[in-house]
Amino acid sequence: MSPLLAAGAFTRPILRWFWLTPLILVIALIAGTAIGETSIPIDIILKVLANKLWDAGYAVDPIDSGIVWSYRLSRAIVAASCGTGLALAGVVLQALLRNPLADPFLMGISAGASTGAVSVTVAGLGAGAITLSAGAFAGACLAFGLVVVLARAAGSGTGGGGRGIQTAGAIILAGIAGSQLFNALTAFIITKSANAEEARGIMFWLLGSLSGVRWEDVMLAVPAAVGGLLVCLWHMRALDAFTFGVDSASSMGVAVRPVRGILIGVMALVTAVMVSMVGAIGFVGLVIPHAMRFIVGSQHARLIPASALAGAVFLIGSDVLSRVLVPGQVLPIGVITSLIGAPAFALILIRGTGAR
Amino acid sequence: MRLTAEHLDWTVQSKKLLDNVSLTVEPGQNYGLVGPNGSGKTTLLKLLAGLRKPRTGQVLLDGQPISRMRQRDIAQTLALVEQQAETTDRLNVRQAVGLGRTPFLSPLRPWSEQDDIIVARALNDVDMAHMADRLWHTLSGGERQRVHIARALAQQPNILLLDEPTNHLDIHHQLSILQLVRQLPVTVVIALHDLNQAMACDRIGVMDHGHLVADGPPAEVLTTERLQTTFGVQADLIEDPLDGSHIMRFRNAI
Repeated sequence: MSPLLAAGAFTRPILRWFWLTPLILVIALIAGTAIGETSIPIDIILKVLANKLWDAGYAVDPIDSGIVWSYRLSRAIVAASCGTGLALAGVVLQALLRNPLADPFLMGISAGASTGAVSVTVAGLGAGAITLSAGAFAGACLAFGLVVVLARAAGSGTGGGGRGIQTAGAIILAGIAGSQLFNALTAFIITKSANAEEARGIMFWLLGSLSGVRWEDVMLAVPAAVGGLLVCLWHMRALDAFTFGVDSASSMGVAVRPVRGILIGVMALVTAVMVSMVGAIGFVGLVIPHAMRFIVGSQHARLIPASALAGAVFLIGSDVLSRVLVPGQVLPIGVITSLIGAPAFALILIRGTGAR
Repeated sequence: MRLTAEHLDWTVQSKKLLDNVSLTVEPGQNYGLVGPNGSGKTTLLKLLAGLRKPRTGQVLLDGQPISRMRQRDIAQTLALVEQQAETTDRLNVRQAVGLGRTPFLSPLRPWSEQDDIIVARALNDVDMAHMADRLWHTLSGGERQRVHIARALAQQPNILLLDEPTNHLDIHHQLSILQLVRQLPVTVVIALHDLNQAMACDRIGVMDHGHLVADGPPAEVLTTERLQTTFGVQADLIEDPLDGSHIMRFRNAI
């Protein structure tokens, strides 16, 4: 076990079942690949995998092979990566902002990333020199900056809750303002620059959709998710140190500014990469960390791996639901996550900040 | 370790909270910080802990400017117990105290048996060992305060800064915390509201409107005139028949 994971007394109990993590992930990926409008038996999936990975040469129906390899597996892997990335973004934002309602979607980061992505693809910003992800990242950072400045101004305007601590309300209100602004900008860019056909496709993508995901996307999504996970694990003690606020973290030796900068920067990047591929999938970053805190506690040595895994499984499951719920139709995955997430959000609101 | 402040200034929104404050706390000394509400005690402690950078002036640890030290190195020698640091996280007492080990841990230097021992000792020192598994939100204000002190002790600091640590505590725990603090072989700066408790410090600084208006041995600093001008109370000093020390008897506010 690497020293990163062998975190000692606090985490010793999780090592006992840590080996379950990759197992659960693999089972979820296989299930995500098997279930669909046409069910594919697991032995066929394994044969296809063996053919593609080791040239095993099993005889498999080329249609099944196509569905498994080109369509469902890549889709499941991207879904898992997005779930991990967005859940981790929620964990980090909630810890650093000391706010149970912090989430990349609610805070307008996803909306900003959408605007950035649309300005690059539709409006042709940067004339091809800027990649989709870079545009989304710029939009995400812009939105986050705006929301934080707005929340801070609102917090100090009402007397505030002290330096660096915003009330849950201020962040959410600022997030609404930010989301609305960036969604309006996105709509503006689309109506101005895209034709009707394009506009329909983009609107579908904006709701969060895994349609059209290919292996190239896997090559972007997996490194983003794994990179985000490693950065979070590296900083898990710093995240713990924020338990009693910014000053307390600082007095326990956390270099607050750089740590906050790195973590939020990386999470904005991860969110942007995910949004640029699959659109703004809501509520993953809110629901998963809260559910996991309930199960494994609030220590980040457990919370980070648990949220990463649960986020992945949750999105694979949501993707399956989005494909089978309406026969002959694929729902945008964002619709599924929001249908589950919105009631959960309400629950957190009702139980108050004490629910953390 | 010697803690020195030189000409500290601190301003928030054009309001001067600290004005040219200089003081030296000698190694092993117990330095009491007193003053009315809003006189700048908390701000001074935050500057001494390196949480805020002063506009002008500097804080020195054994002659070394704190502004040039890494936060982690500061936290290995100096611990701060804030007033009312709160959380809504679900964590238990042992985990909260374990946070004090943060400056000594890293991904390459994970939690060890040694850290368990230090945490257990810190819990023992504040008489909270029997509550180690209780969740934070089930604790009373006084219990939370003791956990914060234990967390600071888990940092094994050379210098301990405490911001009104006896708030919320019943008289038994007030005295036991003060006794504990006095017994520790460390330099202590402690902000106190109870002036009679402050009398037991080696040295006292009196804050008033951001100025350090007096700095010296308790008997010289806490005079009836000082109590009138700075605290706005009329008080008499009465001699304790047991040991001849002075006790303040407060008559009325002026």
